[in-house]
Amino acid sequence: MTPSRLAFAAILGKDLRAELRTLQSLPAMALFAVTTFVIFRFGLDRTALSGSLGAGVLWVTLLFAAILGINRLFVAEREEGGFDAIRLAPIDRTAVFAAKAAALLVYLLALELVVVPVFAVFFLDSAAALPPLVLVLLLADLGLAATGTLISSMAVNSRARDLLAPLVLLPLVVPLSIAATGAIEPLLAVGGPGYHRFGTWLAVLGLYDLIFLLVGYAVFDFLLED
Amino acid sequence: MERGTATDEPALSLAGLRRDFDERPALDGVDLTLNKGESLVVLGPNGAGKTTLLRILATLLRPSGGEVRVLGARLPGEAWKARGRIGFLGHEALLYRDLSGRENLRFHAKLHGLRGEAAETRIDALLAAVGMERRAEQRVAELSAGMRQRLAICRCILHEPELLLLDEPDSNLDAEGRELARELIGPGEGRSRVLVTHDPERALPDSDQVLRLGAGGRVAVA
Repeated sequence: MTPSRLAFAAILGKDLRAELRTLQSLPAMALFAVTTFVIFRFGLDRTALSGSLGAGVLWVTLLFAAILGINRLFVAEREEGGFDAIRLAPIDRTAVFAAKAAALLVYLLALELVVVPVFAVFFLDSAAALPPLVLVLLLADLGLAATGTLISSMAVNSRARDLLAPLVLLPLVVPLSIAATGAIEPLLAVGGPGYHRFGTWLAVLGLYDLIFLLVGYAVFDFLLED
Repeated sequence: MERGTATDEPALSLAGLRRDFDERPALDGVDLTLNKGESLVVLGPNGAGKTTLLRILATLLRPSGGEVRVLGARLPGEAWKARGRIGFLGHEALLYRDLSGRENLRFHAKLHGLRGEAAETRIDALLAAVGMERRAEQRVAELSAGMRQRLAICRCILHEPELLLLDEPDSNLDAEGRELARELIGPGEGRSRVLVTHDPERALPDSDQVLRLGAGGRVAVA
């Protein structure tokens, strides 16, 4: 068997190199998110958002932008027979799951690096909420990457994959969304960030991450079989 | 690279192999034994199950019934023992369009545990062997179908497999390409080969066995 870290590095490196070269996912995700912020700004007719409304606008925009990337995560494998190449190799399939989830995590972090400052400029009075927000988004991204990789690998061989991924993914990320918005809400409170039940929501996010990483570890081998 | 344990078992051993797609049999009771180093040519009309047979042997499809052993590994349960010892050349090149030929080969080398100087030396040698040294840095999307097939041949034998599974390997190749392919994936070097072809005149002289599949995957003449 090929060492898992070598397979992991090969698949992650391949995905990131291809994305850097073609820019097929990240620009679309970022453009979608920024456009959505513009629509919210004029639709709500507000120059500042706080509390649950701010948390909802930020999280829902990031989630829907993420779905664009999740839909495309395995497209190269499907279109170019890469699934067969991976299945022919003497590698632990868990390394494939880990590499694909890591690639999606990198996309999400890159997306947030661009669009969270845009959100702050559009809707926040100060940048004080941003440091703790990084921690929340990091944990939320980890769960979204694990769940998104699983769903994308299932949907990619279906003719209705563009519909299937969001339809199956969205119910699964309800707990993640509740925890993420619950943690973000006090950070965007009027008058500066608060930390009411912040630790509890972080723990829920961590638990969600753990569960879906373990589910991915357990079932991904089965998902790659014919 | 870690290899499976060498044994005196045949390269292939099939007994009553079946594969159904939604109740429709694609392969129906295929029996054969292929010893190590031997070549098998698979013939048959379109839809006879030739590609299905090859994909089962490559561990990409599960058999619906019967017993299948590839390089001593019983499929599907022990497929992991055979993977990495098989070179598969199918209808698709299994190359990423947005990577260059060399990047694709490096990727496949890593998946098979080859890296560093050994991998680069092997890749350089194969690119030279198929006449692709000057085109190796070009993206696969920019290459002709024949060039992609040459790269696919490199990918197929990069890890020095013990068993080659070849589905119409001459597809898209010009006369020069066919000769190069014959040198690289032709008979010899102790490798076992299963060759699916529509060109029996070219393939039969090199074969040790012939399997003719008929409609519905039944063995017409063995």
